[in-house]
Amino acid sequence: MTIQEIQQEIVDEFSMFDDWMQRYEYMIELGKSLPLIDDKYKDEDHIVKGCQSKVWVHAELKDDRLVFTADSDAIITKGIIAILVRAFSDQRPADIIEADTAFIDEIGLKEHLSPTRANGLVNMIKQLKLYAVAYQTQLN
Amino acid sequence: MIETGLDIAAIRKDFPILQRKVNGYPLIYLDNAATSQTPKQVVDVIVDYYTRYNANIHRGVHALSQEATDAYEKARGKVQRHFNAAKAYEIVLTSGTTHGINLVASGFTGFLKPGDEVMVSAMEHHSNIVPWQMLCERSGATLKVIPMTQEGELAMDQYATLLNTRTRLVFCNHVSNALGTVNPIEDIIHLAHQEGAAVLIDGAQAAPHLKADMQQLDVDFYTVSGHKMYGPTGIGMLYGKEEWLQKLPPYQGGGEMIEEVRFEKTTYAGLPHKFEAGTPNICGGIAFGAAIDYINGIGMEAIARYEAELLDYATRKLLEIPGLRIYGTARHKTAVISFNINGIHPYDIGTLLDQMGIAVRTGHHCAQPVMDFYGIPGTVRASFSFYNTEEEADKLADAVEKARQMLA
Repeated sequence: MTIQEIQQEIVDEFSMFDDWMQRYEYMIELGKSLPLIDDKYKDEDHIVKGCQSKVWVHAELKDDRLVFTADSDAIITKGIIAILVRAFSDQRPADIIEADTAFIDEIGLKEHLSPTRANGLVNMIKQLKLYAVAYQTQLN
Repeated sequence: MIETGLDIAAIRKDFPILQRKVNGYPLIYLDNAATSQTPKQVVDVIVDYYTRYNANIHRGVHALSQEATDAYEKARGKVQRHFNAAKAYEIVLTSGTTHGINLVASGFTGFLKPGDEVMVSAMEHHSNIVPWQMLCERSGATLKVIPMTQEGELAMDQYATLLNTRTRLVFCNHVSNALGTVNPIEDIIHLAHQEGAAVLIDGAQAAPHLKADMQQLDVDFYTVSGHKMYGPTGIGMLYGKEEWLQKLPPYQGGGEMIEEVRFEKTTYAGLPHKFEAGTPNICGGIAFGAAIDYINGIGMEAIARYEAELLDYATRKLLEIPGLRIYGTARHKTAVISFNINGIHPYDIGTLLDQMGIAVRTGHHCAQPVMDFYGIPGTVRASFSFYNTEEEADKLADAVEKARQMLA
């Protein structure tokens, strides 16, 4: 599936819920399915800066595709990074760089995009894209 | 029901923002330690200033400038009386507490030498740590720390031991922003003075809740922010004893702070203008005075009594939640409850509370050393004001329990 198709799938899943509690409960559930980062990568180099909770992200190139693993010490943050990993993992770096992130708005997580949110969802997206840029250079 | 003679329903009507809904729920505003809401009496003063007499002050010969100057200086007088400073010119109007602290830290650079010691408490806000670290770097003085106890009180016996004739300055908050502890500043000031050290008290978290009397405290410097006292942001006060303010060099150069300017030599204006370079926050100053009128209209003693009851009530309600721990259990506290639930990140709780229309602060509260002391990444902090109610405390406890169930 393309990034766009996965994002649409996530949007469809979230559209089934009619209140915030169900949305957050689902997000917490998604966090449990996050491909976890190896403990040895849980260090300063893999931490996403600008978050109130800790978020670690690791990226690895498998063939021509980038595979992400991650973790967080906060449950909701873990759900958020799980959504992002699901949308961007196992994709070509060039596609990740180009990918739009408007789906975040559509699943009702817009408030996490605000610069005041100490849990910078923005920083997480930036981090994933930075990995993609780095590996794209390597592929070239 | 809390019986303190305050008509809370009437008071709440003064704060239109409290009628708002957030995420479909009625707003419950419990982030008062970060900033307090502004009553319409203060908003009216701001509107009146800009619609009737907006002008630059201290210079103009025209009517508007005279009116604005009178109102601004009248506000300084209100601040002076509220804090019982001996002289109006001991009140420097600043942009806020951080400005006041930096003004003093900068001014002390030339007064310190290597070997001198300055002391801060272990429970300071970053704004009362970093300027002193910078001062130590500039001057070669050494920074010492007054330790704290598990209850979140200062270890006063160790403070007495740390003080010595090399101690030149002591900095401490009146009330801890992270824990709500009311520190025994009378003793801190008295002991420091015995060793010949000057004392700066960060009163930002105390001023909305209790009365501080500059002359009675015999404090050298005391600094507050208007926006935590129901006034606007960008205005605050630095109180300095006259003798200290005379000695300190100006902080910033510019208009307003000079007497005469020649390229050969400039002479500075008298107090407090020496420290008020440039066009000040005129409207903010006037509104700060109005905010002081507002809280005095309710009465500081009545506020303190009501908030103490509310703290007591909310503490009991929250402690009924399984696994909830309160950080900062000092005997003397303002209405701040900093807590965590076993195994749950404070950020998760704060996020879910926000979904339920409840505004709290989560994180390290700009007091990382306090969080390191307890070995935690942060806390959830609910901070109450006199416009909060028992019913809101109930709703907070219910929402925290709901969040706990979702996150457990």
